[in-house]
Amino acid sequence: MITLTNRAKPVDRKPMTFIESIYLWNIFKGMMITLKHFFRKKVTLQYPEQTRPFSPVFRGVQILNRDEEGRERCTACGLCALACPAEAITMEAAERMPGEETLYREEKYAAKYEINMLRCIFCGFCEEACPKDAIYLSETFAPSAYNRQNFIYNKQDLLIPDPETQPEQFAEAKGLREKSKKNNN
Amino acid sequence: MIYLLTIDWLLLLEKLILIAVVVMASLVIAMYETYAERKIAAFMQDRIGPNRAGIFGILQPLADGMKLFFKEEIIPNSSNKILFVLGPSLAMLTAMMTCAVVPWSGDVNLFGRTISLQIADVNIGILYVFAVVSLGIYGVMIGGWASNNKYSLLAALRGASQVISYELAMGISLIALLMMTGSLSLKTIVEQQMQSHWNILYQPLGFLIFFVCALAECNRTPFDLSEAENELNMGYHQEYSSMKLGFYLFAEYVNMFVSSAIMATLFFGGYDIPFFNESAHADLGNWLALFGIICFMLKIGIFIFLFMWIRWTVPRFRYDQLMNLGWKKLIPLALANMLVTGAVILWLHK
Repeated sequence: MITLTNRAKPVDRKPMTFIESIYLWNIFKGMMITLKHFFRKKVTLQYPEQTRPFSPVFRGVQILNRDEEGRERCTACGLCALACPAEAITMEAAERMPGEETLYREEKYAAKYEINMLRCIFCGFCEEACPKDAIYLSETFAPSAYNRQNFIYNKQDLLIPDPETQPEQFAEAKGLREKSKKNNN
Repeated sequence: MIYLLTIDWLLLLEKLILIAVVVMASLVIAMYETYAERKIAAFMQDRIGPNRAGIFGILQPLADGMKLFFKEEIIPNSSNKILFVLGPSLAMLTAMMTCAVVPWSGDVNLFGRTISLQIADVNIGILYVFAVVSLGIYGVMIGGWASNNKYSLLAALRGASQVISYELAMGISLIALLMMTGSLSLKTIVEQQMQSHWNILYQPLGFLIFFVCALAECNRTPFDLSEAENELNMGYHQEYSSMKLGFYLFAEYVNMFVSSAIMATLFFGGYDIPFFNESAHADLGNWLALFGIICFMLKIGIFIFLFMWIRWTVPRFRYDQLMNLGWKKLIPLALANMLVTGAVILWLHK
């Protein structure tokens, strides 16, 4: 027979010898293999306590960014929604009123910003499309909910904590990002 | 009335307490066997195994038992209701009954009474074990038949024919042992081993055959054909739910414990402490019995580990392989072993 590669192994169809036919010796050999595994280092990762280190380019759930003074960066330009291949993002723009300068960075802001996490494919195109560095993908993953409605994340779910009022949470959210950025370089 | 006065009430009480303790102990051990099985399986597959309920998952068997109790109890409409309930009960009952003749340790002196740590020292101990173990298959057969399910019925048939095939070889391998001991009483067999050597030295082949047959009798892999998950959908207990299923699963573990105990008794000196002459240290009294129990439990533990080790190493036999091994290999080997033993005994006595 002509074989394409020299890796093909012919099947051994010899009748079993007596030693083989009472199985004991071969079973003993097998048991030695399992015994070796018995004392081997376990590969299990104890998930909630331990987590696997992410790759530097990991793309998790989106976060809406704030600037140093805690103002929302998003100007509701709609480029992220346009870039989104899964059409998961929708938003409504509004004009900044006088006295709201501490809340929004520019004259236009997103009054409503929603991402449907059931549609999102975590491709990261929104992050790439954003001219204002307002949206990026975090290391949070596996969002869970009991119904479909709760998978539509609104602006409150997505916004990063305010550095002015919640400095610790902000630092934590930021730190995760910085860590992954550092790995990136 | 006179008859009532002649009963040794204290003996009755002592036996009742012993029965309660032995039954409880074997149930608890069976419970923790399930835990050990899961841990050993995990370790052999490079995993950790259950470790969430309590430290090292030590409460896992309790959680499993609770789960089984709280499950919905379903009795199929088309099943035979009486037999359907009888099946698991019988499996459990026969599994527990075998404990009665096992000598757990030597005599204990308590409150001026000499208490034997054996529920019943019947002079036909081994025959009793055989009788009860063979009854155990009725649980499987009745359950499988009463389920009115083709898979269950097939599994029941398989189980029955498997037990018939392997009990033969088991019995013949034991005849060789009995020719040497000259007694069917388990206590006598242990005492003989305490005085001379363990029977494994004289009957290695007999032990091997007995062990393989014990695997088959307990329905353990590689002989778990009657509950083959992937061909028969769990086999005879497919239609069972809740604690009736639990009883079947539990009976398997109790059987494993008991057959380990029988093997340790027959071939490995029972409660004999290795490399230690008990009769020269009779002054130790009750401590001797305690050490005896510990040694016996250790031996049983090693056997149980061996059972599990084999289970997680060897895949299930095909049915024809099972029958070939039983009828064409083990029975001739056992017969040869018996003949050789008989011949040697005759020659030595001349």
